[in-house]
This record gives sequence, C-alpha cells and structure tokens, in this order.
Amino acid sequence: MNHLPQAWGRPRDDVYGPYDASYLQSRLPQAHTQSPIVTGTSVLAVKFKDGVVIAADNLASYGSLARFTDVKRLRPFNSKSIVGIGGDVSDMQYLDRLLNSLDVTENYSSTGHSLNAKNLHTYLSKVMYKRRSDINPLWNQMLVAGLDGNDEPFLSSVDLLGTTFSSPTLATGFGAHLAQPLLRKVADDESKVADVTRERAVEAVKECMKVLFYRDARSLDRYSIAVVTKEGGGVEGG
Amino acid sequence: MTSIGTGYDLQNSVFSPDGRNFQVEYAVKAVENGGTCVGIRCKDGVVLAVEKIITSKLLKPGANKKIATVDRNVGIVSSGIIPDGRHFVSRARDEAASWRSTYKAPIPLAALAGRLGGYVQAYTLYSSVRPFGVTAIVGGWDSEGELGVDGQVGSGPSVGTGGKKPGAKAGGPALYMIEPSGSYWVSLLITRDGIHKTDKAHSKGYYGAATGKGRQTAKSELEKLDLASGNLSLEAGVKEAARIIYVAHEDSKDKEFELEMSWISSMDGPTKGRHQEVPKDMLEEAEKLAKKALEGEDEEETTAPEGETMEE
Repeated sequence: MNHLPQAWGRPRDDVYGPYDASYLQSRLPQAHTQSPIVTGTSVLAVKFKDGVVIAADNLASYGSLARFTDVKRLRPFNSKSIVGIGGDVSDMQYLDRLLNSLDVTENYSSTGHSLNAKNLHTYLSKVMYKRRSDINPLWNQMLVAGLDGNDEPFLSSVDLLGTTFSSPTLATGFGAHLAQPLLRKVADDESKVADVTRERAVEAVKECMKVLFYRDARSLDRYSIAVVTKEGGGVEGG
Repeated sequence: MTSIGTGYDLQNSVFSPDGRNFQVEYAVKAVENGGTCVGIRCKDGVVLAVEKIITSKLLKPGANKKIATVDRNVGIVSSGIIPDGRHFVSRARDEAASWRSTYKAPIPLAALAGRLGGYVQAYTLYSSVRPFGVTAIVGGWDSEGELGVDGQVGSGPSVGTGGKKPGAKAGGPALYMIEPSGSYWVSLLITRDGIHKTDKAHSKGYYGAATGKGRQTAKSELEKLDLASGNLSLEAGVKEAARIIYVAHEDSKDKEFELEMSWISSMDGPTKGRHQEVPKDMLEEAEKLAKKALEGEDEEETTAPEGETMEE
C-alpha cells in the first residue's frame, strides 16, 4: 500500500496503472493580459515652433465593433502636458487614475513647481517598463506632448514594453504606418521644427486624421485635438 | 485638576473615578500652547489662517509651512505638537487616497472628518499609545459641479435613467475641527423649506473654528462676524481671518510670528474648488489692514477699557 498522502483516495497504481498527476494541479499558471480587449487606435502629434499639436479619435473598439464613440483619449495632465493614449481602454483608465493621484501628491509641496512633459514621460516610461518586467504589461502606446523644463516643445512616446522614442512627429498604431510619412513632410528632423507654424502643424494633423478615417477600419470621424504652448493647453472636440 | 496625583493620569485609556481620561486632558493642554489657528466658513469658500511662531531667527521666512493640502480640495491646519499634526495630515492624505481608490471620486469633507475623528479617538483607547497632541481644523469645498468618475473616458449613454436626481444641489464649503478626544462637531443644515438635515451628507461643520493659544479671543471675534447669516464673502473672510490672528496674538509671550493663510473657493471662484495658499499680494493687503485695525483698537482701549473677562 502507498502511504504517501498524495495517493490517498486515488486509484491504486498497481491496479489501474500510474495516475496522471497533471489532473491534480488545482489552478493554471498565472497569466496576465494576453491581448487588449477594448482598444483605441492611433494617436498623432507634431511639434511646431511654440508647442505641440496632438490628436486622437473618440472611438473605443471592441474587436472590430465600434463600441464606444465618445471616448476621450487625450488626457490633459496640467497646463504643460497632455498624454494621448492608444491601446487597451481599461489600462488607459488605470493610467489616468495613476496620473491623477500623481498630480494630487505632487501638489502637496507648495513649491510652485509642477511636473513638465519631460518629467511625465520619464515617469510613464518607468511605469510601463516595470509592468512589462512583471510580465503584466499595460497594453498601451502613449504620446506625451507638451513643454520640457526650458519651455521648449517636447514630444515623446512610450509603449507597452517601456520602449521610448522621440521625434518631431510621432504616430502610434495604424498611424505609425499611414500618418507618420505624411507628417514627416512637415518636419523630418529637429532642425525643421523652428520653421513650422501652429497653423501648418494643426492642418497637417487634421489632414492625417482624415486619411486615417478613410484607411483605418478601427477609426472614427470624430476626434479630439489639442495644442500645448507656453500659454497653456486645451483639448477640443472635432 | 484636584485628582492629579491619584494615579489615574499615569496611563492612557484609564478612567478616573469621576469619569475623566486625564491623558486626553493633558493632550488638550499641549494644544493650548500651540500657535493660534482660525478657520472661517464663508458663503463661497473657506479660509484657514495660522499664527506661526518663529522659534529662531535663522529660519528662512515662509519655511516650514503649517497648512497642508489633502487631495485637491481640503486644507488642514493644527495647533499643538507639530509632528503629531504632520502625522495627522499624512493619515488624512491616506484616507483621501483610499476613498479615491474605492469610489473613484474625491472624499466628501464630512466623510474625511468622520474618519479622522475615528482615527484620533482610537488613540484614547489603548495603554500602548498616547492621544494626539493636536486640535486640527479641516476645511474644504465639496464640488458642487458635475464630477466625473476618476478615469471616466466618455459621457455614458445619452438615454436611460442613470439614477440622477434632476436639479439636486450638492457640495459647498465645510469646516470641521477635530480635538484630541476624537470629537468633532457636525452642524445641522436647515434647508429653505425648514427641513432639518442631520445626516452626514448634509453636514457642513462649524461656521468658524479657532484653536491654540489665542482661541478665546479668536472665538469671540468669530462670534461677532455673524457667520450664520451666510453673508460673509471669501475675500472679506481672508481679511477677517488675518485680523483675528493679529488680535489673538499676544506680544508679551511671543514677539515674532508669521501669518500663513490658505483658501478654498467654489468651482467658479478664484481657486476653482482647490485648496491653495492665499496669493502673496492679497495676504500682504490683509496683513496691512489687520495691523491698522489693531492700532485703531489700541486707541479705543485707552479711552474706554473693556472690563470683560472672556470665558471659553
């Protein structure tokens, strides 16, 4: 007789053959997000001489279904920075709450200093990298648009792996393929940014949103567009 | 305190035969030596003011802020043992954050005061701890506007019930004071149709609160303001608070002090529902008026001295 506790109440090996112990496993291995569920598509942004223009449409798709059509994917952090978020919408909501609590705690010390877009991008990149290292990524790609510590235009991206990238024009998702080449016509390197006017940048972004609506099946004709300058920023519906 | 020396004051949470907890009473004594704090609930906001005693000439002006922000819309100022006050603020911030993570919305002032009162009271119950040596004034503005849920991305369905009561008024200024015993007073709100609302959701706390060294003078000054009529504006409240701190200050005991003030207005007011320091120029203006009022008062006193003694 087998005296080992794991054999108690089990069919005897000598009578029924060896028992398949894999059935004894009570739970599956821990698995985190394998794929996003409700998603937002592209975010676009262009730097110009005084600031940054950023846009994202108002759609949250459930697979190929256009599920929510009034979703604000541009999240203003303060007057100096806006985060545009693509990818999983529930992870976006988590990030929004995280940034909200960051803003609350940052204002506890009344030094008069506030986090600029560069600080915010660094923070977000660390959050994203930590989460991917835990093998539990936040399924998003984000553009952080605003002003850096010297009040110069700042634009940078961070994705679900914690990879960061910076360029005078940026686009996430489908826009990385369709809009980025068009936006590069406006400014293909940092030295050209000084020649780009606000009007030119806004016009280019609006044009790209139109192209994306025509070509990206997960996009919408309603979008939010925002401009951040030294005078502050604001999101508009469009 | 005739029963001192009988041994009932040596341990926390122990009653004396006449039903007192001496450790709590001693904590109140610690508060009575702290710098004067004043809070005024005006019709369109709350003002907090504190007399910050300067203990050393080596301290940088404006350093060591005594008024702290909790979440975005709450200010806390306390008299008594400073580290106790800091811990109290830290707890308040944790409570506000915990409320947010549960309800995805800012904590209502009444709920915050309730939780803090409960926390302070727990420190009167165990022999392993001592009561808080602070009386804290908690002031804030509950948003009267339509506040979205934290992290909300859309506006939700345009049709359907949604559970909202149309035209319901919510929010407004609130002012609480939490004592070392854990007690805090909640006022009734009497609505225009004469209905008494005593539940927490409708409580606003004090009209005016004062604690610390000059509390008696400050309280009698607050009573003169007729705050219950709801006519005092926030801007006037700032000036009154500054004046009260100056009136309550005793030159003979402490020479040097700094006036620190903060305010919280309605969503369409100057601070947009946030707790902020009173702007420098406004503070200086209020300080100038306070000094002027004090000089005027001194002259009056020499001609017709008041013989009244004030009781708490």
